[in-house]
Amino acid sequence: MHSERASLGLRIAAIGGLLFLHLPILLIFVYAFTTEQRGYTFPPPGLTTQWFAVAWNREDIWPPFWLSLKVASIATVIAIILGTLVAAAMARTRFFGREQISLLIILPIALPGIITGMSLRSAFAIMDVPFSLWTIILGHATFCIVIVYNNAVARFRRLSGGILEASADLGANSFQTFRYVLLPNLGSALLAGGMLAFALSFDEVIVTTFTAGSGVDAKTLPIWMLDELIRPRQLPVTNVVAIVVFAATFVPILLAYYLTRGGSETAGGGK
Amino acid sequence: MTAAVTFDNVTRHFGSVRAVDGVDLKIAEGSFFAMLGPSGSGKTTCLRLISGFEQPTGGAIRIFGEDVSAIPPNRRNVNTVFQDYALFPHLNVRDNVAYGLMVKGMAKAARYAKAEEMLNLVKLDAYGDRKPGQLSGGQRQRVALARALVNEPRVLLLDEPLGALDLKLREAMQDELKALQQRLGITFVFVTHDQHEALSMADSLAIFNEGRIAQIGTPEDVYARPANRFVADFVGSSNVLPPEVTRALGGPAAWSSLRPEALQVAPAGGTALAGPVTGLRYLGAGTRITIAGPGADISVIVPAGTALPQMGETIGLTFAPGALHVMEHA
Amino acid sequence: MTAPAILPERGLADRLTALFWRKPNLLLILLIAPPLIWLGVIYLGSLAALLLQSFYSIDEFSGVVKEEFTLKTYAELLRPSNFDIILRTLVMSLAVTLACAVIAFPIAYYAARFARGRWKAVFYLGILLPLWSSYLVKVYAWKMILSKEGIISWAADATHTGFILNGVLALPVIGGNSLSTSYLGTFMVFVYVWLPYMILPMQAALERVPTTMLEASADLGATRAQTFRTVILPLALPGIIAGSIFTFSLTMGDYIIPRIIGTSARSIGMAVSEFQGTAGNLPLAAAFAVVPIVIMLIYLALAKRAGAFDAL
Repeated sequence: MHSERASLGLRIAAIGGLLFLHLPILLIFVYAFTTEQRGYTFPPPGLTTQWFAVAWNREDIWPPFWLSLKVASIATVIAIILGTLVAAAMARTRFFGREQISLLIILPIALPGIITGMSLRSAFAIMDVPFSLWTIILGHATFCIVIVYNNAVARFRRLSGGILEASADLGANSFQTFRYVLLPNLGSALLAGGMLAFALSFDEVIVTTFTAGSGVDAKTLPIWMLDELIRPRQLPVTNVVAIVVFAATFVPILLAYYLTRGGSETAGGGK
Repeated sequence: MTAAVTFDNVTRHFGSVRAVDGVDLKIAEGSFFAMLGPSGSGKTTCLRLISGFEQPTGGAIRIFGEDVSAIPPNRRNVNTVFQDYALFPHLNVRDNVAYGLMVKGMAKAARYAKAEEMLNLVKLDAYGDRKPGQLSGGQRQRVALARALVNEPRVLLLDEPLGALDLKLREAMQDELKALQQRLGITFVFVTHDQHEALSMADSLAIFNEGRIAQIGTPEDVYARPANRFVADFVGSSNVLPPEVTRALGGPAAWSSLRPEALQVAPAGGTALAGPVTGLRYLGAGTRITIAGPGADISVIVPAGTALPQMGETIGLTFAPGALHVMEHA
Repeated sequence: MTAPAILPERGLADRLTALFWRKPNLLLILLIAPPLIWLGVIYLGSLAALLLQSFYSIDEFSGVVKEEFTLKTYAELLRPSNFDIILRTLVMSLAVTLACAVIAFPIAYYAARFARGRWKAVFYLGILLPLWSSYLVKVYAWKMILSKEGIISWAADATHTGFILNGVLALPVIGGNSLSTSYLGTFMVFVYVWLPYMILPMQAALERVPTTMLEASADLGATRAQTFRTVILPLALPGIIAGSIFTFSLTMGDYIIPRIIGTSARSIGMAVSEFQGTAGNLPLAAAFAVVPIVIMLIYLALAKRAGAFDAL
């Protein structure tokens, strides 16, 4: 007997909940076209596309944009390397201290960002480390490792261990096995993990405020946005930037989903 | 002539578990050798010791006379057909088969030509462009076979290769494997827990029990003349008789075995073996009758169509004088 | 001429392969060392620095951090103004967690039990995308929604329900001048932003409830409501607890949302942010940051007892 269907109330609540999660984002797009600079009157008093050009010509937006791009790219590369290494080690064997290591990897994302941020801030203060691009990257890479790790370790687990042995059996040395068997099978999971790490890093703001210092050259795009939220200037320009940040996270997430679709490791469980 | 594979007092411990415990073994070149035993008896570990995926805790392994204790799997000219086939999911069938040749540096055209040849041999020449995921179990098994054989190994290891196939396909593949081995003349080492498979395919076989070899010999040897109770029971479910019963039947005071199919039913009285029927099991081609004999339960297989006794009815059993096999060890 | 039984060694790659084969632990160590050094030194080191910092104090006259062990800074946490911050944050975290659980349940339940085929994918992506999409953008969207002249006020006017909105805003404590400057606004944004973190583990837990078990319950004469109360809810509980760990800890540590939306009353996160920044009181900021760690450790210990970690 499988005639059981969801009751109307449940269906409304479920679909309503889903809409609740998505509709607010649409407003970001709506207000990017409003003619009003200093408020969020709804409906917008008039529509214009001028803000995209204004944002493009604003001198103060480009340096944060490039900085965020740089930070996210470098942090992602570090996270891919370290996350893959640790996943390879964890998937291979059971060894002493395995559980503790897995806890250590998850900790930076399990604890609220403010603790990670404040911890790094304390360490920099005690060791007299000056704020720089690298202090930002240090923090970002630390919480991105787990993202790559989660994707890689799930794929390792699904990969039949036999194929690595089969490769050695057929005469391949460890490096050939890595290049011809491991990498092709792991590639899409690593790419997906990298995309998610990039998305996470590109829009991170909480840890960044603790590791970036206060210099103008230390402003990432989300920090620029945060400043605009606290001290608004041209609101629609902020919306244009918000659309850029949204796209920079949305597109990699969607790609990561399609890269890992069908597997048990589909992106996201671990954020 | 040097043996293809030699084990010299080989042990392999996993922690406190002795998976392989003092095994001596000589596998003749060109033979079809089976390792038979229940799961956990050490047969698969022995296979992995030959391929190099396990390293012995003690003793020495030689392949064609050369000590392989310092030789990693990739340098042993030995290939394996894995239990789950372990085909590369990202490569098509042709590239799977050509893989061993590629990593050894053979040019593309040459290795594809050899791969085609091998696919021909296993009757999969039309499947070169498929991915392993698009093949049936039997086809995957053939790809695994072709992928191993293309390297012209000196020894081919097969780890329960037919376990995942259904009965009909399994029997067909048994014949094919046997024919292939005879044609290529390569030494095959075949691991299985299926006694029928081992008996029908192997030239000689080793029976494993708890990390040790219980008996080595030809199929006829181990079936008709089991060395000990374990072999008698595991290969063909023989009747195992304790010393006092053996003596009552006219033998020495030692354990002995009697094959169920070597016994005939006779009226009670005047036979050395008699007792009430405690079990009747229909097997299709015949029926197994079990009686509670003196000192042991004894089974006899009678052909279909024979009149069957009632449960509880006392019957006698007779056998030809040579059928009673006295075992060397308990 | 038959091939040799042992193939020749070709170069460094083969030599290293043999080395890794003989000493499997060497490879393991080589793999795990770089990430372990990174996380061990940078992350654990920083946590230790945080702890250390919280035991320092600040010189009241010069404003310089005194690097001597003292419990003075922790004592400051108990001052009424600071203790209020902690209490207020805890109440908010609790309220957000409860609201998330209630709103998440139907979504998770529907996605786990009834969504099939295409709808399954829609629900999956529909929960995942908001989880991952930009935090700041989501907060910003709500600043627009809740603003005095924004879409909520417009909708209230258009449907002539403005009196309800005004009535709610007139409530003491949670109300305020507008939604964007009230506790209610802060609460709504928290619920929105952390909701996906509650749905996912809940859905995972519900998906593990076998359909046959529900049929068995119905077969034994339970009504739908009884099955829900006695079978589904207990089995979903580990998922709810796992989700609550996220919502609770994230709310407790956040300082962006209460800073942008709500009253100007401080939360733990804001206190940490301000004391380390403008106030320059790193020890007090560190001590404030230790509070959520301690609370979460207690929470995790309780959750572990309830078996919540199987659902993570």
